Amino acid sequence: MPDFLIGWLSYGSFFMVFATTFAIIALGLNLQWGFTGLFNVGVAGFVALGAYSSALLTTPEVAGRWGGFGLPVAVGWLAAMGVSGVAGLLVGVVALRLRQDYLAITTFGIAVTIQLVANNATALTGGPFGVQFIPRPMQGWLGTGLPWTLAYLALALLVLGVVYVALEKLVRSPWGRVLRAIREDEYAAASLGKRPALFRLQSFVIGSMLMGLGGAVYAHFVGYIAPEDFLPILTFQLWAMLIVGGSGNNRGAILGAFIVWTFWAGAGSLLRGWIPQAEQARAAALQVVLIGVLIALTLVLRPRGLLGEEVAVSRHAGGDRPGP
Amino acid sequence: MLQIIADGLIIGSVISLGAIGLSLTLSIVRFSNFSHGELLGWGGYFALTALATFSAIAPGATAPLGPFSFGWALLGALLLAAALAALLALLLDTVLFKRLRRQGAITLVIASFGSALALRNLLLFWQGGVPQYYSQNLQIAIPFLPRSVWGGLRATPDQLFVLALTLVTVTGLHLFLRHSTLGRSMRATAINPNLARVAGIDPERVLRATWIIGGMLAAVAGVFAGITVQLRPTMGEDLLLPLFAAVILGGIGSVWGAVLGGFIVGLAESASVSIVGAEYRAAAAFVVLILILLVRPNGLFGEKG
Repeated sequence: MPDFLIGWLSYGSFFMVFATTFAIIALGLNLQWGFTGLFNVGVAGFVALGAYSSALLTTPEVAGRWGGFGLPVAVGWLAAMGVSGVAGLLVGVVALRLRQDYLAITTFGIAVTIQLVANNATALTGGPFGVQFIPRPMQGWLGTGLPWTLAYLALALLVLGVVYVALEKLVRSPWGRVLRAIREDEYAAASLGKRPALFRLQSFVIGSMLMGLGGAVYAHFVGYIAPEDFLPILTFQLWAMLIVGGSGNNRGAILGAFIVWTFWAGAGSLLRGWIPQAEQARAAALQVVLIGVLIALTLVLRPRGLLGEEVAVSRHAGGDRPGP
Repeated sequence: MLQIIADGLIIGSVISLGAIGLSLTLSIVRFSNFSHGELLGWGGYFALTALATFSAIAPGATAPLGPFSFGWALLGALLLAAALAALLALLLDTVLFKRLRRQGAITLVIASFGSALALRNLLLFWQGGVPQYYSQNLQIAIPFLPRSVWGGLRATPDQLFVLALTLVTVTGLHLFLRHSTLGRSMRATAINPNLARVAGIDPERVLRATWIIGGMLAAVAGVFAGITVQLRPTMGEDLLLPLFAAVILGGIGSVWGAVLGGFIVGLAESASVSIVGAEYRAAAAFVVLILILLVRPNGLFGEKG
C-alpha cells in the first residue's frame, strides 16, 4: 500500500474511533434529554467516572496509586457502566424530584467536583498527570499500527451498534412510550398509574451508564487519560452533537456526533493554520466560540435539529393524517 | 477561627452580589442562567480596560486613595463596567434569550450554557490566560486582634471596603425593590406574571430592568473579585457553582436570601480551606447545594411551591 494511503487510513480511523465514542455518549444523553427531558450539564463528569473506573481496574500496578488490578478490559467496561450508573442514581435521587433546573445545577456541580477530585486526589487518580498504560485490547496480537486501530474501530462500532439496537428496542417498547408520555404531560401519565419519578430515574441511570461506557471506550483507545480530557467543553460538544443532529432521534444523535466532530476537528486545523504558533491558546478559545455559535444558531434557526424526533401517532388514531 | 469567618465574609460578598442577579433572573425571567458567571468575568475585565484608559488620560487618578490600593480611577471604572455589563446582559437577551423565550425554560438553559462557553472563550481570546490585577501595590493587612485571641483577626483596607460597599449596595437594592414603582413591578412579575400583566405592568420593561440590575451587580461582584483575589478569564466559570448554591440556599427570588446564602457559601468555602485544603474549595459549594436540596429544597426564604 502506498504511504499516503496508509497515512490517510490511519488518520481516518483515529477520527472515526473518536466520533464513535462520542456517538455512544450522545446516545446516552439522548435517552436522558431527547426521550425523557432531563437536562444533564455534567456529561463530562459521568464520562470521566467511566474512563477512570475502567482505567484503574485494568492497568498494571503502580506504586503510590490505588488500583492497578490488571483485570480484563471487559471487566473494566462493565465496571465503568456500573460506577457511572451509581453516580447517576445518587444525583437522580437528590435532584429528580425537584423542578427541572435543579437537575441541571446538580449535574453541573457533580462534574465540577469530579474534575476537582481527578486533579487533586493524586493517590486515586494520578492527579494532573492522569493514568497511563491503560491496556489496549487485542494489541497483543495486532501490534500498535494500523491493523490495531482498524480492529479497535470495528470493536467501537460494534459497541455503538449494540447500544443503538438496544435503545431503539427500549424507546419503542411500552417503557419508552411512558418516558415520552411523562416528558409531554407528567400529570396525564401519573393519572394512568405510571410513577414519573421512577421512570425518570431509570432513564437517567441508563443514560449515565452509557456515558461511562463511552468514557471507557475512549480511555482504552488512547491508553492515557488526564483530568483535562473531561473539561466542561466535552459536555458542551455533546450537547452540540445532540442539538445539531436532532434530539429525540437516535440516528440524529449518531449523525450529530459525526457532523459536529468533523466541524470541530476541521475548525481546529483551519484555525491552527491561520493563527501563528505563539497564539495557539487563543486559537483553541476561538474554536469553542465557534461551536457555541453553532449551538445558538441551531436553536434559533432549526430547533428540531437535522433529524428531528419522529412524530408518534397511534395506528389506531385513524384517518390519513398529514405528516409533520 | 475568627480569621476563617472574616475570609468567608469577603468571599461571601462577591458570591452574594453575583447571586442576587442570578436569583432575580431565575424568578423573573424564569430560567437558570448559566451565563451569569460570565457577566462577572466580563465586568471585571471591563473595569480593567476602563482603568487603563483613565490612567492614560489622568495619571493622577490612579494614586492610592487613603489606605486603599486603588484610586478614584477604579471607582470610575467600576461604574463604567457596571454600565457595560448591563448592556452586555441586554444584548445577550435581545440576540438570544428573547427569541427562545417561547420554547420554554430548558431551551433557555441550553442557550445560556452555550453562550457562557462562547463568552468565556471570547474573554480568553481577548485577554489571554494570565491572571491580572487592578493594582500592583501591596497591602499590609491590619491586625485587629492578636493571635492569642481565637487565632487573631487581620484584614486589608481593600477587603473592608468590599464588605462595606456590598452591604450598601444590597441595602440600596432592597429599598429600590420595596419602595419604587419599578421595583414593585418586578416583585409582582416574579410572584405572578399574568396577574402583573393584567394590572398594567409592562413585562418587557420588567425584564429589561432585571437584566440591567443583574448585569450591574455582576460587574460589581467581578470587580470585587478582582480587588480581593485576581482577574482570570475563567473566574465566571469558577464562581458559577457557588452562585447557584447561594441562590438555592437562600430561596429563589429572595434578595436577602441570596445575600445570606452567599455569605454561608463563602464561610463554607473558607472553612473547607482550613479543613481539607484549598484545592477542594469549590467542592464546598457542591456539598452545601446537595445538603439544601436534601433538607429544604425551597431554600431558607423560598416560598413553598
